[in-house]
Amino acid sequence: MSVSLECCPPVELAADAERFEHEGLLASAWSHARSLGAERYELSLGVSNLHCPSCIDQIERSLSGLEGVEQARVNLSTRRLFVRWRQDVSDLDGIIAKVTALGYRLAPLDSDSRTKAGNREERELLRAVALAGFAAANVMLLSVSVWSGLVSDMGPATRALMHWVSALIALPTIVIAGRPFFRSAVAALGGGRMNMDVPISLAVTLAAGMSLSETMRGGEHVYFDAAVTLLFFLLIGRYLDLRIRGKARSAAENLMAMRAASATVIDPDGSQRRLAAAQVEPGMLVAIAPGERIPVDGRVEQGRSDIDTALVTGETLPRTVEEGGEVFAGTVNLNAAIRVRVTSTEDSTLLAEIVHLMEAAEQGRARYQRLADRVARAYAPVVHILAAVTFLGWLWAGSLDWQLALLTAVAVLIITCPCALGLAVPAVQVAAVDRLLRQGILVKSADGLERLAQADVVVFDKTGTLTQGRPELINATNLTAEDLRLAAGLAAASKHPLARAVCRTAEARGIITVPADAVGETPGMGLSAAVNGRELRLGNRRWCGIADQAETTAAGADTGSGLDMELWLAEADRAPVRFRFHDALRPDARQCVVQLRKRGLEVELLSGDRPGPVRQVAESLGIETWHAECRPDAKIARLKTLAARGKRVLMVGDGLNDAPALSEAFVSISPADASEISQTAADLIFQGDSLDALIEAQVVAGAARRLVLQNFSLTFLYNAIAVPFAMAGMVTPLVAAVAMSVSSIVVTLNSLRLYAIQRRPKDRPPPQPQPSRPDLSLLELNRGGRAQS
Amino acid sequence: MTALMYLMPAALFLGLLGVAAFYWSLRSGQFDDLDGAAHRILFDDEDEDEKKDRPPEE
Repeated sequence: MSVSLECCPPVELAADAERFEHEGLLASAWSHARSLGAERYELSLGVSNLHCPSCIDQIERSLSGLEGVEQARVNLSTRRLFVRWRQDVSDLDGIIAKVTALGYRLAPLDSDSRTKAGNREERELLRAVALAGFAAANVMLLSVSVWSGLVSDMGPATRALMHWVSALIALPTIVIAGRPFFRSAVAALGGGRMNMDVPISLAVTLAAGMSLSETMRGGEHVYFDAAVTLLFFLLIGRYLDLRIRGKARSAAENLMAMRAASATVIDPDGSQRRLAAAQVEPGMLVAIAPGERIPVDGRVEQGRSDIDTALVTGETLPRTVEEGGEVFAGTVNLNAAIRVRVTSTEDSTLLAEIVHLMEAAEQGRARYQRLADRVARAYAPVVHILAAVTFLGWLWAGSLDWQLALLTAVAVLIITCPCALGLAVPAVQVAAVDRLLRQGILVKSADGLERLAQADVVVFDKTGTLTQGRPELINATNLTAEDLRLAAGLAAASKHPLARAVCRTAEARGIITVPADAVGETPGMGLSAAVNGRELRLGNRRWCGIADQAETTAAGADTGSGLDMELWLAEADRAPVRFRFHDALRPDARQCVVQLRKRGLEVELLSGDRPGPVRQVAESLGIETWHAECRPDAKIARLKTLAARGKRVLMVGDGLNDAPALSEAFVSISPADASEISQTAADLIFQGDSLDALIEAQVVAGAARRLVLQNFSLTFLYNAIAVPFAMAGMVTPLVAAVAMSVSSIVVTLNSLRLYAIQRRPKDRPPPQPQPSRPDLSLLELNRGGRAQS
Repeated sequence: MTALMYLMPAALFLGLLGVAAFYWSLRSGQFDDLDGAAHRILFDDEDEDEKKDRPPEE
């Protein structure tokens, strides 16, 4: 269910949030729905928590029970629901409510051109695979007859017939099924580049052409079977590659759609309506309720509230905004209703800077050349020169007629033909991406894994990446249960992160709290209420009336830094009680850093937060190099410095302020709860709380690179043996067919080893004894860090 | 060898029939959700006439 799991949610706020969520979902669903005319509509929605097959049944059954729903179909592969309904009979409202009531979260998706294009490409490839498969089987059948005929009693007329039938099957197949390769080869050559498809296209075309001319001359050897089988194998590799990447991409799209927001727009006449965030235009006035995620960038027109900006600036503590202050999409309004005038991106200083930096970073990012293309660039000329030498050698020195000499040269092309080379990368890629996908790690960019394997420095953002991005109470053990109970009673009314932390701790300690009545909240200050006839206050120092002088020294003596987050609980007749907080580390952050080091990577910390907390985190994790108060441009500057030193940087970050750095870095990873811009910029996305995903991705990327290199070595070895025979003219079509199949199968089997590669036991995180004990988290780590460093 | 005269066309015809069947199943969306299809066979059938017999053309 969509009810948050946090303790003591104030009833009316929770209900509000739920209503907002439903209305927002409805608004954005309508903006994505496609009208089919006559009150009929269709819509695709991403569905979260869709794991088991019975979910399909449950959703489809409940929807097809609704009057007016013409079709409801769940796709388990893409985790999407497709509905077509008649609006005059059944309202979209009811449809959505029905599914959310079952406990699934929905996110409307564009049935946009990009997904469709991807789908069409996938189908075209699958069709080509089927055609090539059919042709390969039948041509091979005919070829086997010819081969056995050569050593028995087949007459030349029968052989010629077989050859003609082969040509009849093979030539149209090559023209149709070879198109993906021809297109890509032409594009590469047109752009002055070289890729694997150039030698493939050349070999296939030449083999087919030569075989046709041999058929006409009534020759003994034709290579139709080799040409078609080659296409068949390569098309399979290409299809699997496209499919697995499409799967990762659609999962990423679902993730982002889940986060898409909606806004309550106030029209000039004072009426309110809900709009999808994408439909809101600059100049509109938007009302933002307490607890709502701010859907737009804008300036506050009315009201004063605390804003949780962790996702934007990387600061853990909320910022208080007043009229005229800037707010950003993705931040959370904590305690009071505000009205915001929407500004366009150009008007906002921070966002304009981020967009500008990202554009610069993307342009500046050196065009990475994929391993396969680099191999092709070196390999293709060699093969083509060898073929030319063979042709000329036989023509002059061997005094063959030109057709026979060309046939031998074609045999060289076919035997060296990059069938195994063409499979070397995609086969490994498919296995690696699939393995990661199963663990919730999405590989977004095609060469992301390849680049990840080469990274040698890891740069972390702090808030939300190494830490959980939310404060936890750390001195709970020094507090009496009574204080905690009183504080939690007040805190229950607030969405402020510190207040939520108090509630969580109270719940963890099993303290039953009674939410106080009529709690007043003053943004930037604190909470107050009358409990048992006396005024009780929970808030910052000023709110609780503590003299500035006194607590500065007290705080300084207490922590050594004075930069802790804190709350005070004040009652009329006794000394105020202090609650101290820290942004707790992710449970396995330390493990992760240690393992990255073990794997030979340097680790750095770059944060937008103040030096105090950054140093604390760096020290407790044993990270020596850290920089605090980094604005987005400072992060980029640091990455540039590292790159200039020849380092390949893996950037891990989640905030909006990390987005430029994520595009600038050699390779980048974001958690799934990162800001949308960061997810778009990142090469990989991992789901879940555990940083162990980072290690897993790194291990798999490394293994994938090793396997790819092994595959290349295998094919080179095979070529080194086979090429001399081919040049000597000793390779008949039969030998070519056997050699090609064997090398392809060897490469594919070798790639499948990726599933079997286990992480060494020391790379695995030890079982976390008690993953969430908020009051211990950082203190323990602190102590551990000192002891071990 | 005269057997070839009808065996070869017969083999090719059957092969093409297979390709055509595959194209049809592809066009009608039977390859869109392979994970789901593996499980759908286990569901109880609908009693009323099927509301969802044709998959979406995405």
